[in-house]
Amino acid sequence: MSRYLARRLLTAVPTLLAISMVIFAVLDLAPGDPTGALPETIRPEVRQMIREAMGLDKPMHIKYLLWLRQFFWNEPIGLLEGALGIEIGDSESRLRITSWGSRGTPVFDLIAQRVPQTLWVVGLAYLISVLIAVPVGVISAVRQYSVFDQLGTLFSLIGYSVPTFFTGLLLIIVFSVNLNWLPSIYDTNLEVRDWRSLVAQLRQMAMPVAVLAFFQTAALVRFTRSSMLDNLTQDYVRTVKAKGFRERYVVIRHILRNSLIPVITLVALGVPTIFSGAIITEQIFRVNGLGALLISSIQVNDIPMIQTVTFIFAVLIVIFNLIADIIYGVLDPRIRYA
Amino acid sequence: MSDMKKLTRATLRMPVVVLLLATMVALLAACAAPAETDTAAPVEPEVKELTILYWQAASLPGPFLSGGTKDQDAGAVTLEPLASVDPDGVLVPRLAAAIPTIENGGVSEDGLTITWTLQEGLLWSDGTSMTADDAVFTWEYCTHPETGCASVDTYDGVVSVEAPDDTTVVVTFDKFTPYPYTAFVTAQSPIISRAQFGECVGAAAQACSEQNLAPLGTGAYRLTDFKVNDVATYERNPHYRGEPAYFDRVIFKGGGDAASAARAVLETGEADYAWNLQVEPQILAEMEAKGQGEIIVAFDSLVERLLVNQTNPDEGLGDDRSEYLDGTNPHPFLVGTPVAQAMSMAIDRSVIAENLYGFAGQPVCNVIPGPKHYVSTANDGCLVQDIDGANALLDEAGIVDTDGDGIREYNGMPLSVRYQTSTNSVRQKTQAVIKQWWAEIGIETELLNHDASVFFGGDPNSPDTYQKFYTDIQMYTTGPSIDPQIHLSQWQCQYIPERANSWAGGNIFRGCDPEYDELFQLLVETPVGPERERLVKTLNDMNVQSGMQIPLVYRGRVAARTNSLQGVWINGWDTELWNVGDWAREE
Amino acid sequence: MTATADAPAAGVLGQRAPRTLWGDVYRRFIRHKLAVTGLVIQVLLILGILVGPIIYPEDAEYIDILRADARPSLEFPMGTDDLGRDTLARNMEGGRISLAVGVVAMAVAIILGTLVGLLSGYFRSLDNPLMRFTDMMLALPSLPLLMVIIMLFRDKMRNLLGPELGIFVLVVYVIGALGWMPTARIVRGTVLSIKEKEFIEAAVSIGVRQHMILWRHVLPNILSPIIVSATLGVASAILIESALSFLGLGFPPDVPTWGRLLFENKDFITYNPALIIFPGLFISLTILSINFMGDGLRDALDPRLRL
Repeated sequence: MSRYLARRLLTAVPTLLAISMVIFAVLDLAPGDPTGALPETIRPEVRQMIREAMGLDKPMHIKYLLWLRQFFWNEPIGLLEGALGIEIGDSESRLRITSWGSRGTPVFDLIAQRVPQTLWVVGLAYLISVLIAVPVGVISAVRQYSVFDQLGTLFSLIGYSVPTFFTGLLLIIVFSVNLNWLPSIYDTNLEVRDWRSLVAQLRQMAMPVAVLAFFQTAALVRFTRSSMLDNLTQDYVRTVKAKGFRERYVVIRHILRNSLIPVITLVALGVPTIFSGAIITEQIFRVNGLGALLISSIQVNDIPMIQTVTFIFAVLIVIFNLIADIIYGVLDPRIRYA
Repeated sequence: MSDMKKLTRATLRMPVVVLLLATMVALLAACAAPAETDTAAPVEPEVKELTILYWQAASLPGPFLSGGTKDQDAGAVTLEPLASVDPDGVLVPRLAAAIPTIENGGVSEDGLTITWTLQEGLLWSDGTSMTADDAVFTWEYCTHPETGCASVDTYDGVVSVEAPDDTTVVVTFDKFTPYPYTAFVTAQSPIISRAQFGECVGAAAQACSEQNLAPLGTGAYRLTDFKVNDVATYERNPHYRGEPAYFDRVIFKGGGDAASAARAVLETGEADYAWNLQVEPQILAEMEAKGQGEIIVAFDSLVERLLVNQTNPDEGLGDDRSEYLDGTNPHPFLVGTPVAQAMSMAIDRSVIAENLYGFAGQPVCNVIPGPKHYVSTANDGCLVQDIDGANALLDEAGIVDTDGDGIREYNGMPLSVRYQTSTNSVRQKTQAVIKQWWAEIGIETELLNHDASVFFGGDPNSPDTYQKFYTDIQMYTTGPSIDPQIHLSQWQCQYIPERANSWAGGNIFRGCDPEYDELFQLLVETPVGPERERLVKTLNDMNVQSGMQIPLVYRGRVAARTNSLQGVWINGWDTELWNVGDWAREE
Repeated sequence: MTATADAPAAGVLGQRAPRTLWGDVYRRFIRHKLAVTGLVIQVLLILGILVGPIIYPEDAEYIDILRADARPSLEFPMGTDDLGRDTLARNMEGGRISLAVGVVAMAVAIILGTLVGLLSGYFRSLDNPLMRFTDMMLALPSLPLLMVIIMLFRDKMRNLLGPELGIFVLVVYVIGALGWMPTARIVRGTVLSIKEKEFIEAAVSIGVRQHMILWRHVLPNILSPIIVSATLGVASAILIESALSFLGLGFPPDVPTWGRLLFENKDFITYNPALIIFPGLFISLTILSINFMGDGLRDALDPRLRL
């Protein structure tokens, strides 16, 4: 296992480099550029000048190498300097990765500004949906075709087939417009300092979290349920039951454990997407999360920003898929990796 | 239910889930922690707060590096120009003591210089003094080619800006300039501080993130915090020259969509002002009927228009597609025929204006729709839809349906057009309506829409940009500033975009009329007055009547304000926030 | 132990001629009440969008401002939109495209995903390259990727297959190409665990060829996650299609689809609710009925429930 781990970690480096190159190529190939977002009245010559000032006209490999150096050399050193309070070399002339959309603003500052909201809203929603989905899926399977199962199926499938822009709008109309209970605009200046501000924070999080959780629960419930059903009829279940163990013990100790592989896969796929944010939900409630950042940079073709956010996303994907593979081995010791 | 509770507890025992939960909780805690130790001033309940909603979030406070209206407006709360233009199109002094004119000697007789005098004792929002030298610096900063300044065209024709003393700014032009109020006028051309931005000229502009995000201003409010693409926070500027502003704090929140911004002002009352409400008119009217606020509109000079390709966009031509080639590549049926005229006649502009634009649109027959004294009345016949007339016109010209498929042919070529625009629900509906009208006069239409970032992006590799214009018809909005000269200049022969000039140039429809060019040269030399007005109208008429552009809708700006907010005077010629310092809440 | 559950199934095939595998599946499926309900709903929906336009011959794209914003009535059973287009006609036309796109795109994604997942789960040597490729596909930002695809292929497909079929094929492949990765990861995870089971070992030891093991023994045992993926895949394909048209990749802007009707009219939610209730209802009904059929199929196919 440890040799497998070491090999996976070693191959991760060239994999990620290749991924970063492909991402960059795709971004560079994609049509559109940062000046597309300017008002329609701005003249073509002015647009060209702005393009040149951003360094858009340089060949792709130069832009890529510049980004690589900034990401793997300049940024970590800057971080080190900040942490230790020292100065390494000529820190004035060491360029950080800066955004094109908000010209000159360091990309990492913007990401850091947005991580808290993303984790609060998207992370919490994900946590809630996992906490709801697994038990619901288990009960639905154990009591297959019971009323609980039917209702669970109905709700989870409606959650999946109704897009978040619709549920979000519906919640706003009910809870903000008609009942006036919850705010429809997320206040990012709010700092949680005392009881009152915590309540305010919870109130403004309620709707976006609910919308996201409603949507995400569906897939998890369905997979948990189907995987449980596959295992419920296995012979070992009959054997354990025949030994006289109580059903609850059997379900949790044996069936759930064996049914978790698709669920773990799905959760491992989902955790990195917390980082990439929830684009539509964030937009509806004006949460300045990473999803909103990513989509606004895509709209203005802010390549340094998209590249950096996407690359961090790629790193998380690789890491969490590795974690999933390790968990497979724990759940089912027969799975061995050479 | 108790079953479920126990199961949840049981699930928690699973090592994997515990691991995941622990990671998430740790992450959440890590993020919550710094917020708790923050020592910002506590929120006072009685703070007088103004909340402005822009559904596009500002990426920088100021127009120079990022040119979008949202950025310009976020800057305009604190940055000021020498003069603003009020909603009636009248110049209003801001930092200047008065508006220079020929009569008061501020503008030279030869039209080459304009001399502005600043008010005495102006201070930046950090308390340092603001002088004429800051204006000189702003000009140097914005016109430096490596700055990439989006407002550079406000300095067109300016050869120098000088500060003979602390309160005098002299702007010199390269030639007779009939309308000299471009540099340092309106929110597009505000003044920034040399002391703050001195090191940020040229390529260094990109590296000055600290300054870019916190510019000093002279306005009634000053910036305290700017979260990129999210929210800007301002407080009352203690160094403001005039009466202290009413509000303690201004929140400029961005993001979301137009309909929800309107809802926040008109239905939930969470915001006081919402900008650019491109929402279906019925929906806006329904929200307004709740009685919490009102919709306000201002018209300047934006016209949603169809551009008629004067060159042949046929895909088979390869690199010669939509190339002018000195007039040797004309469109097979849109040039030299009455087809474009018939297309214009078939359109019912009032239906588009009333049903799709509602508050924000009026039917229009001119490409120069304002200010009023420049508006021609020669084309007003287009306001009435005339399908029969259009059919008759085509029949007379011998352009008839020869093969019975319902589509007319010209020289054996079916009148089938491709019609592109950017993605935007109002534009797609306009496309659908026009397609139907054109079908009624025997013209077949294929609709295309492209994402705005591609369509307006100008990527030379993309075939879908408005500059390349690889279709027969395209639609978007543009319009002149308060003086139409720069806008009209774009339609001269020399500005036709082509492969050779990387598609730079504003003559997007690729029409060339030597007579137009001659007349335009006359305009450049004509001072403001009735003669200039006549020339502008003639140029407008030539363009419209030749069928190069088909104007559709005169587009206004639509905003919503809450009932208690006083002092709002929505402006089409300058930023909507031009007088934000005068806004107050009715007590 | 599982091998014993699998073996009689094969034995049955040989001994009792009248009972075939698919005959069994059919009988079991027919006995499954919910599955039959799902089937009926689905058939009704399909009939509605295919036969409906014959009974109700209204042009979905015909604009008449004079009758705009009509509420549901006898004349317009689902009302009209703000341009006076008939909502029922638009839903019928939209359904044709949405259902076709949903099902075909889902099939593309599921086939691709299952193939990649099977291969990388079963063959150790393929695992690393295939999964790293999957990682990359997951990481690529979909919007810029889409724009590249549009730029490279849209005009080619249009010239090759004509404007309508060309766009359909492109849309279906694009959705499939962007949606197969989760299925691949889930299938791989399940295969990893299945292939260590005794019955596979048994099959290998008696010399059954690799592709037969994959086809006859592995695939039937991973069907249920695949069926769930497929059900959910239809829903996301229908919704993704509407997102594509906003990038200029989907069908022309005047062609309705359920996803687009829902998105375009979302702000009419209080003004004229019929505009969004119906497309939303049809999407949900489609997903529910497909899901019930999937459940029925899963139960009918479960090798351990056959005797």
